[in-house]
Amino acid sequence: MSKLLIRGGRIIDPANNLDRQGSVSVADGNIIAVGDELEAFTPDRIIEAEQQIVCPGFIDLSARLREPGHTRKGNIQSETRAAAAAGVTTLCLPPDTNPVIDTPAVVEYIKDKSEKAGYEQILPIGALTQRLAGNEISSMFALKQAGCIAVGNADLPLTKLQILRRAMEYADSHGLLLIYRPNEPSLSADGCAHDGAFASRYGLPGIPAAAETVAVAQCLELAQLTGCRVHFSRISCKGSVIKLQQAKKYGLNVTADVAIHQLHLTEDDMIPFDSAYHVDPPFRSDSDKQFLRNGLVNGTIDAICSDHQPHDLDAKLGAFPETQAGIAALETLLPLTLRLSREHPISLTQSIAALTEKPAKILGLDKGALTPGLGADICIFAPEQSWLVGHDSWQSAGKNTPFWNKSLQGKVTHTLQAGRTIYQQ
Amino acid sequence: MQPNTMSANLQLNEEGKLKHFLSIEGFSREMLTEILDTAASFAGMSEQQVKKVPLLRGKTITNLFFENSTRTRTTFELAATRLSADVLNINIATSATSKGESLLDTIRNLEAMHVDMFVVRHAISGAAHFIAENCAQHISVINAGDGRHAHPTQAMLDMFTIRQHKHDFDNLKVAIIGDILHSRVARSQIQALNILGAKEVRVIAPKTLLPAQVERLGVKAYHNMEQGLDDIDVIIMLRLQKERMNSALLPSESEYFKCFGLSAHKVKLAKPDAIVMHPGPINRGVEIESSVADGPQSVILQQVSNGIAVRMAIMSMAMQSSGVNQ
Repeated sequence: MSKLLIRGGRIIDPANNLDRQGSVSVADGNIIAVGDELEAFTPDRIIEAEQQIVCPGFIDLSARLREPGHTRKGNIQSETRAAAAAGVTTLCLPPDTNPVIDTPAVVEYIKDKSEKAGYEQILPIGALTQRLAGNEISSMFALKQAGCIAVGNADLPLTKLQILRRAMEYADSHGLLLIYRPNEPSLSADGCAHDGAFASRYGLPGIPAAAETVAVAQCLELAQLTGCRVHFSRISCKGSVIKLQQAKKYGLNVTADVAIHQLHLTEDDMIPFDSAYHVDPPFRSDSDKQFLRNGLVNGTIDAICSDHQPHDLDAKLGAFPETQAGIAALETLLPLTLRLSREHPISLTQSIAALTEKPAKILGLDKGALTPGLGADICIFAPEQSWLVGHDSWQSAGKNTPFWNKSLQGKVTHTLQAGRTIYQQ
Repeated sequence: MQPNTMSANLQLNEEGKLKHFLSIEGFSREMLTEILDTAASFAGMSEQQVKKVPLLRGKTITNLFFENSTRTRTTFELAATRLSADVLNINIATSATSKGESLLDTIRNLEAMHVDMFVVRHAISGAAHFIAENCAQHISVINAGDGRHAHPTQAMLDMFTIRQHKHDFDNLKVAIIGDILHSRVARSQIQALNILGAKEVRVIAPKTLLPAQVERLGVKAYHNMEQGLDDIDVIIMLRLQKERMNSALLPSESEYFKCFGLSAHKVKLAKPDAIVMHPGPINRGVEIESSVADGPQSVILQQVSNGIAVRMAIMSMAMQSSGVNQ
């Protein structure tokens, strides 16, 4: 029986309403005590966590690992290492791999790779439609049996609203959550930046906020109609926050997350034609950012995700509209979340909840908490430690981030997955 | 917070001299005026017996056109020839990139042939900027139009033509009419006019042809000619691409002309001495009536001739900063 003691840290566990100095005892992969040390506990290993924060491991609702199919950009090995370095102990993998996650075989492949990488908790999101083509619903029951946590169509559109309706009815019949990224393709078309002053100035085809809000409104109506539980993935604008606030007020069972970078950057921060800022949904206006931040504070937005999308150099090399969208975002997730609580009236506890308790609740998982009896998924971090993004400790194969070479505060020192140390600084 | 602007640094060398000419944005009024003054010194040359100066002798300039444009390419070619440079025309729309060669590889291959300047036209916004950031140190890049973003030499020849007729910019009211949304020319003109101190810049178009938050480009937006042309000194018409018709942007040519076409009658809405400009080529009867295009207030052909002098000025200034006299 292996025993571990994490000693002397500040324990923050929003799910158990806990914020205190103390220790966490782990035995055989499970948490056995939190707070005071057990009397008859003789650990094999002690982690000294003075000046550090001990919290549940983070649960990321959207992280691309690029495998299978896009291994030039990264693979399960490299990106789970990045996840471990980011304090992420559970992550949801969108289905737009190649082949897409629309058969149990692909789920098996991912599980196998994940095991070999020594990172256990990859939760595949099954394709909502076959080949993600948006026409025919997928074998959702088989996908669920194989281990898919939810279903979704990644960033790809459905051809008709009727397909979305039927897919939602079918998903709900099998008790599956729909993870939906709202986007009306005829409005976003060839856009590559927010349809605002920046896109106008640089002659970039724009993506209006309405491309998202129209899709949010439609999906809310269908959630009402079908009873399917919907989680809105990576919302980016004011209109979506307002619509979700109303829907929640009237008791609709929906949740939402936001990508961490949307809470920090706007079109005004973009460096003209710098492809590191090419992201989808695009960086919006300052007012959108404020609404997203407020949405997080008042609970309209439940969780924060990394929206990790590593790319190879070629994907980002070219004239801005021709480059691929996305940010390698896992390893900046924690420092940017901490920055949020420094800049805005959102407490440290609340921001940690958005990475732990809240996503666990959305997925219906018995995780995201330091409750005795649960698996010991734990993140220990030094909140004040500054580090340069992209140097020494960088693990992701993707170097595509607007924070590259910038100094951020907050660094993970240890990550434990089911009691096993998967990252140590 | 002030939005980031395209850094003028990329366009200037360490001594603050012109290196690349990618966008009007970021240049000072002094720099733009220097370009216009230099162009003025070249302007008389075309009428002389010997039309050449040896400023760029021994230099190789490559016209790199990823998008067809006979007129722009010809004026760049004439300008380079009159500066005694060797000119290489490469029409890439039908060449390398269609075989899958990347933009960067095309540039690297040409670099290896010891080219000194690229004149680039490309259908994607930001292409010239990308080439300038990624090509060898000694090469100058001139943007001859990228996507919807910028066409700065066109804007400068327009400023040159305006200055010829109106002398200074301080009291000028200028209206740009037509497809602002898709126009790189309009974006560069608006920036140049604002930097040179024009009193007022207006755009006149239906909302379908205006970009989002167009006012933040430094203009006043109008949706009808009657109000928009009132008290105007300079009327700039834009070319309307035929493919915009019958899409969801515009219903028909006849309705467009009725609302936004420039007829002799509408010219009267502006000041009596207003000049009429057009970057060409014009669609007679679509955005402008022949009687206006060929009429006494039109300076459209002068714009074309001025294009050579202005491009000579920009090319020679950019090459001097990269050590033509060393």
